[in-house]
Amino acid sequence: MAFCGLFWAGQATADPLKVAFVYISPIGDAGWTYQHELGRKAIEREFGDKIETKYIENVAEGPDSERVIRKLASSGYDLIFGTSFGYMNPMLKVAKRFPKVVFEHATGYKTAKNMGNFSPRFYQGRYLSGVAAASKSKKNVIGYLAAFPIPEVIRGINAFTLGAQSINPKIKVKVVWTNSWFDPGKEAEAASSLIAQGADVVTHHTDSVAAVKTANDKGVYAIGYHSNMFKHGEKAQIGAVIHKWDKFYAKKIRQVLDGTWKSSSAWEGINEGMVDFVVTSNLDEKIASKIKDLRSDIVSGNFHPFTGPIHNQKGSKVIGAGEQLDDKDLLSMDYFVKGVEGKVGK
Amino acid sequence: MFLSYRIEKKSYTPTFWDNILLPGCALLAMLVISGIMLVLLGYPVFEVLFTFFISPLTNLYDFSEVVMKASILVVIALGLAVGFRANVWNIGAEGQFVMGGIAGSLVALYFYEQEGFYILPLMMLSGAIGGALWAMIPAFLKNRFNTNEILTSLMLVYIAEQLLNYLTYGPLKDPDGLNFPQTVYFSESAIYPYLLEGTRLSITPVITLLLVPLVYLLITKSHLGFQLRVSGYSAAAAKYAGFSAKKMVWISFILCGAFAGFAGISEVSANISQLIPDISPGYGFTAIIVAFLGRLHPVGIIFAGFFMALIYIGAESAQISLGLPVSIGNVFQGLVLFCLLASEFMLRYQIKRR
Repeated sequence: MAFCGLFWAGQATADPLKVAFVYISPIGDAGWTYQHELGRKAIEREFGDKIETKYIENVAEGPDSERVIRKLASSGYDLIFGTSFGYMNPMLKVAKRFPKVVFEHATGYKTAKNMGNFSPRFYQGRYLSGVAAASKSKKNVIGYLAAFPIPEVIRGINAFTLGAQSINPKIKVKVVWTNSWFDPGKEAEAASSLIAQGADVVTHHTDSVAAVKTANDKGVYAIGYHSNMFKHGEKAQIGAVIHKWDKFYAKKIRQVLDGTWKSSSAWEGINEGMVDFVVTSNLDEKIASKIKDLRSDIVSGNFHPFTGPIHNQKGSKVIGAGEQLDDKDLLSMDYFVKGVEGKVGK
Repeated sequence: MFLSYRIEKKSYTPTFWDNILLPGCALLAMLVISGIMLVLLGYPVFEVLFTFFISPLTNLYDFSEVVMKASILVVIALGLAVGFRANVWNIGAEGQFVMGGIAGSLVALYFYEQEGFYILPLMMLSGAIGGALWAMIPAFLKNRFNTNEILTSLMLVYIAEQLLNYLTYGPLKDPDGLNFPQTVYFSESAIYPYLLEGTRLSITPVITLLLVPLVYLLITKSHLGFQLRVSGYSAAAAKYAGFSAKKMVWISFILCGAFAGFAGISEVSANISQLIPDISPGYGFTAIIVAFLGRLHPVGIIFAGFFMALIYIGAESAQISLGLPVSIGNVFQGLVLFCLLASEFMLRYQIKRR
């Protein structure tokens, strides 16, 4: 490691550090990839001519991503960020071939000597958004459209439900799977059907703004995700769970520049500035200030969203009062908590 | 004004030279149109075209990637061409590809953490059988109920994709994969070995090149090929000659399904090495363009597959080195199809003044 450190330090003084970002979808004007792009622009401003950045958008997961990542590594990029789960194994293969290049992979679980990973603890934001949503629901039904039943999505749904139930135990969260990260047509349709089934607040764990737009058109409330989607639903959006990558990217670039980078698994939340929940004027003052207090409790470590008692859908106890789920439980979560309507799976 | 023209069918049989000139002209037209488009968008035309069509051929890695992508497209297109020549319209190669990937992977998972030279051949065989069985569904429906095979084969694509989703999210999920939708990573014996250090070149292109002469012999020299061709030209003539139309449907679908299935397991084993919910960027559909660009001829299909793969890799190179939007590659692919259909139309029809 010491040797590698020397190598990077030596390189940094000679040329700008070349940093590349691989995006799963087109950048657009809101959503997962858009947030990463904001992060890239921020570090470009911060580091100026010390770095040179590049992004490649719309790169499919699987074999095609391996080629793109490899091309970047072989054409002199020193630090490569891959921002989608499916880049994990391809990136690992490339990392083995290019031991001098640093790789950072988002939302996966495998690491190597020269490949770290990072992921947002967005369930913290999800819990807060659940509180906000429950305060606006009169019918006690909230709609949640979700892409795929993988742990991070399930974790978000559960955190949201626990947050909602913390101020209204009668809340039901209806889940609809869209089986796609980005499909505005399908997302709009799913949002409409949830609203038709009585949901008066909707939220989504997909990449487009369709759910917020649909809620706005149909006169119900919505929670934005990834980006603040206020301009897509000025009447509907009461708040948004957002991702911010600038601080993390800056930290990793600084580490590579001064030779202290080491492979690690970063799981960062509101505290580190990777996640946040922003509220809009559509939310009542009183709830907004309650959320502000909760937020500072999460930051200070006084409160954990997954604090017991937690029951699963069938009603059996997961953990008792006062206990907390640890990171390992959270990372492999494959069940819904009580109050969620829908099935893990299809 | 406009109405005083009409379109008339010409009597025309394509000659050998037509088969070379027609795709050639279509590609030339496509290059000219893309050139104009690039000028209008303000890109340096020659640099872009060079990056797209020449630079991937100048280094070994990119070249091997083009060959790998092309071989997958060519295998599928070979199978499709046999059916298309017999007027059997299998649009569902994508689904047969997916089923081949699943069936072959089942073998890989069955022999997980075992060694053996027989594992890979078994996977290939299983992949081909999986694709063929899936293709037999539309063949059966057509022969038994006279359903339209275009619709049924296409709809089965989505069913195959859902099945793959179900398996990767459910029964085949890696128990240590933190509930992510993927199977275990195949063990060494179930992954196509790399033939060339520093590239991802595997045995797929070799097998593809062996299949080309076989398909050529089948469609031009064999009695079966003759029957397929006659059925393609005229169903009535085929019936009169005593050829069974149903048999032609069966053979077309089974052959194409087996080829697509083999392509499926080849892609999964060599390049992904595990099952994930999305194993194809639409190879089965792109292969339809490849089959027609190659004029349904095995040798033509090789060139066509190579060209389509080149566009794909070129689009990536152009994005990495010139910052071109990746959708330009899609536009180029679309233009190829458009120009091809337009030139085909010009050959077969003429515009006359009333």
